[in-house]
Formats: sequence, C-alpha cells, structure tokens
Amino acid sequence: MVLGGLAAGMVLFIVSVGLSVTMGLMGFVNLAHGGFAMIGGYVIVLAMNRLGIPFVPALALGFIVVAAISAVFERLLYSRLYRAPELDQVLFTIGLAFIMTASVLLTVGPESQPLTLPASMQGQLNLGFMTYRTYSIVLIVVGVVIMLALWLGFERTRMGAQIRAAVDNRRMAESLGINITRLFTITFAFGSGMAALGGGLGAEFLGLDPQYPLKYLVMFLIVVAVGGLGRITGVFYAALIIGVVDFTLKKYLPQGGTVFIYAMTILLLLWRPQGLFGRSV
Amino acid sequence: MSATQVPTSNPSDSLAARILARRHRFQWWETLPWIVALGFYFVFPRYLGFGTELLITVLFAISLDLALGYAGIITLGHAAFFGAGAYTVGILAKHEIWTEPISGLVIAAVVAGVIGLLSGLVLLRTTGLTLLMLTLCTMGLLEEIANMASEVTGGFDGLDSLPIKPIFGKFEFDVLYSSTQYLYVLGALLVCFIFVRILVYSPYGHSLTGIRENTLRMHAIGAPVRARLVTCYAISAALAGVAGALWAQANAYVNLSTLGLDRAATVMIILVLGGYGRLYGSIVGAIAYMALSHFLSKAYPTAWQLGLGVLLVVIALFARGGILGIADQLKGWLGRRKEQNPS
Repeated sequence: MVLGGLAAGMVLFIVSVGLSVTMGLMGFVNLAHGGFAMIGGYVIVLAMNRLGIPFVPALALGFIVVAAISAVFERLLYSRLYRAPELDQVLFTIGLAFIMTASVLLTVGPESQPLTLPASMQGQLNLGFMTYRTYSIVLIVVGVVIMLALWLGFERTRMGAQIRAAVDNRRMAESLGINITRLFTITFAFGSGMAALGGGLGAEFLGLDPQYPLKYLVMFLIVVAVGGLGRITGVFYAALIIGVVDFTLKKYLPQGGTVFIYAMTILLLLWRPQGLFGRSV
Repeated sequence: MSATQVPTSNPSDSLAARILARRHRFQWWETLPWIVALGFYFVFPRYLGFGTELLITVLFAISLDLALGYAGIITLGHAAFFGAGAYTVGILAKHEIWTEPISGLVIAAVVAGVIGLLSGLVLLRTTGLTLLMLTLCTMGLLEEIANMASEVTGGFDGLDSLPIKPIFGKFEFDVLYSSTQYLYVLGALLVCFIFVRILVYSPYGHSLTGIRENTLRMHAIGAPVRARLVTCYAISAALAGVAGALWAQANAYVNLSTLGLDRAATVMIILVLGGYGRLYGSIVGAIAYMALSHFLSKAYPTAWQLGLGVLLVVIALFARGGILGIADQLKGWLGRRKEQNPS
C-alpha cells in the first residue's frame, strides 16, 4: 500500500530534482520542465516499441538525447533570459511547453503511448514478509540509488561544491573563478536528462500523452516548492510525502484527494515560504 | 503640487511636467474602440455571439492588467476570480435565489473581490515562485471544490439553462441570438474600463507602478506597499468576477472551464500579446488572439498550438511590450528618422 505511494514518490523525485536545482541555481522559473520529461518518455517508449531496444539501454538513450537537446536550448534561448523578469521566463517556458506538445502531436500523434515493461520487472515479488509488484520495488530501489548518488555528487565532488556555492551566492562564486556559464549548461542538461529518465520510468502509471507537460506541471512545482529550491534531500522527502499522501488519498478518498494536496501546499508555503526543507533566506 | 512650484525658467523641466500632465488626458483616438464596437453590432449581426465573448475577454484581460501589468503581481491563477464570479451568478440563478442580471454583477463582484481580498492578504506576503505556486494552488483548490460540491455547483457538468431575468425587465437574453447580451456586455465593459482608467492614472495607480518598478524604494519613501498590493489584487479580482458573471449570464451556463489553468493561461497570453501595463493592450491582444483562434484553432488545432508557443517564445525573447510595444518602437523610430533628415 505505502510502497505504491513510495514508488510514485520516487518518480516525482527523479523528475523534480532537476527542476529544483535549476530553479535554485539559476533562479529560472522553468515551466517547460515537464516537457523535457515528456520528450524523454517518448524517446524511451518509441525506442523500445519501434526499434526494439531493451528497457535499460532505452532509458540511457532517453537521458542522453534529452540532455543534448536541453543543452542546446539552454545555450541558445534560456541563457538570454537569466536576468529577465520572472514574467518573461514564465511566458517563454509556457510557450516552449506548447511547442513541445504540438511537436509531439504532429510527429507521433495524439494517442497515449503504452510502455511494456520487460518480463523480469512484471509480476509480483516475494519479499519474505509480503509480496508486492516487482516494478514498484524496482522504482524504489532505483530512486534511492539515484538519491544517494546525487547526494554524494552534490556534497562530495568538486562540481557539487561549485553548484552549491553558486546557489548560495552567485557573484561570490563567479569571482572565485568558477565558470558559471558552463556550470549552468551542465546542470541544466543533467537536470533535464533526469526528467527524461523520470518520464520513462513513470510512463507505466503516469501515462504518456502530448498533454503530459501541463497535466503534471502543478505536481512537479508543488514538490519543488515544498522541498525547497536547490535542496536534493528536501526534494526527495517532499516527493515521497506527496507521493504517499496522493496515492493514499486517491485510494480512500477519490473525490477530495487533490483538494487536500492543494490545501496542504498553501498552508505549508504560508508557514515556510522557502519550503519545508529550504534554508531561510 | 501647485503650478507655481514648477520652475518655469528651465524649459526641459516644464516640458517633462507638461508630458506628465498630458499623459492621462483623454485623447480623441480613445473613442475609436467604442465606435468600432458599436459599428460591429450593426455590421455583423451574425457574429454577435463571438463579439460578446470577445468583449468579456477584454474585461478579463483588463482585470489581469491591473494586477500583473500595473502592480506587477505575477499570478497564474486569475481564472479563480473569473470562476468565482461565474459560479456566484450561476448558483444564485439555478436555485432561484437571485436572477436579476445587473445587481447579479454587483454581487459577483463583491464575492470575487472578497475572495481576492482574503487570499491577497495571505498570498501577497510572498513573492516569486512561492507566489506563483500559491496562486496556482488557490485556483486548483477552488476548481476542486466546485467539482466536489456537485449538489450546489453541478460538479463536472456545471449548471446549464440558467434563468436570467430580462434587463430592466424588458430586454430578454436569447442564447442563440446574442444581440441583447452584446450591448449589455459592452455597457458593462465601458463602465469598468472608465473606472480602471481613472484608477491607473490616479496617485494610487502611480504608486502601483512604483511598486512594480522598485518595491524597496517604495518602502523607503513610506508607501504602504502591502496595503496597496492587497487592495489592487482585490479590485482586480472583483473586475475578473464581473467578467465571469457576464460570461455566465450571456451563455446561461457555467462549468469547470471557467476555473481552469487553460483560461488563466489564455488571458495571460492575451494580455502579453497586446502589451501589459498599457490599458489598451488588453483590447488589442484580445482582438488579435480571438480572431486568430476563431479562424485557426478549429481548422488546424495542432498548428494553432505550435504557433501560439512560437509566438510566446518570440514575445518573451524579443518583444516584451507585445503588439503595442512594437507599435511604440516603430513610432519612436519613425520620429527619430524625421528629426535626423527633416525633408
């Protein structure tokens, strides 16, 4: 029961973590992030269904393709708007999300794309004390591994230290000789790649259709706002909480579930505008 | 400031003073949109349904302009107030509590205004992403409540065939032939427009612009920043409520689409397309957007969305003032050219 929510939370985490870091690092309101997740999902599913590539290599392919696309976008378009007012960023990224939706409609079509899991991940798994869906267990394991890897990368590597420095004080980081422009591009591409991964991993139960970017946008934004900007552990806990709460409410209270999530978010943001785990400014 | 305090000896000062004073004065071209709107009534009697929708959109865009364009409150949830107004009229009419249209508008404005005031009091403590999220969540909350309380609001299907009394007891609303609706909405729009025009050129309106441009400095000179923002948000919400109420009355139904993210995003696009913070941007943007969408979106829905996306990206990157901004730039450019070679 709770495991299903945890699995959903893991997917939320994988998609949202890139959004949190880019928003925290660049102060950029990126509403097209869900679009990158969608494109990643499409690359992965189409590679599996049409080219016959197995699941895991397809995931890697999705990551690389979306990271490459987003790096180009970042250099050509996003970088022009880093110092622009929020409104321009909002408009630009909503426009981008529209373009992504329309391009998918034109090239692939409006129907929802099914994801067929490899046989090894289907069915039930006996854990000794209980049996549960194998794929949910896989998602949880993958999510925890990614979380640990990101956390180590963030806290223990040179690159992670540079990102943290830039989140805290961009000017100071710049004057210490950190190449902020390069850092931005790499982080952005990596975050979008993670979103692609999440789009593919979550396609099984979130579905995958051209309306994906705007349908789940609010969900991703809530996770980031609750978790705090630029905080990997914060986003992790927030995604798990929201995943479990959402899953449980949908099961027991199918009518009022969303109301509760919205009300919870509003109250929480009023209590702590910087998010549950964000550092106060 | 009285006129004697303006130093007349310095010509540039007096020029600036004159331009500032002239800015809010009524100009002849400002009657044009209204003449055109009246002309539309006689020339295109078959398109009055579309015209009514257009006028309501203009009013909604103006209400957003007040909050977003003048006060700089970035909200993605303005449809919350549109829906609040629409549902107020819808619920009162469906349950036969109140069916008189004009006082219905006032009730809707009060309801939406109170929601705006209460939510503004708490939301406007925050800025940036948090504010954006809170406006989104408030709208989502209202939408879900309207969806759940199906006994009162009709749930997902909404309320249809609302009984609306004739205006002044004489002029009937006809859902199929919207000539009454058109004139009624035009009248309401005119009243609201004059109100907003007076408001934005008043000292109050200028203090809003000041807050948008530099909040810190407005604090420093002692302006009551939060009170100004909250009242502006409430007024803007009330106007959006009027727009929603007009929509519900003109169509004789109300449903969840009045509260959705789609509507909020559309009105934002319209405002930015025309140019925000300029009053007439709403009119220009609504005409451009509605005309395009009326002809394109049905024939080529996908291409329409693609075009809309490209348009937004281009506006954000290159033309921040929208259509009117481009017109201004062209005017300035032509003016400079004339100065350089006065032939």
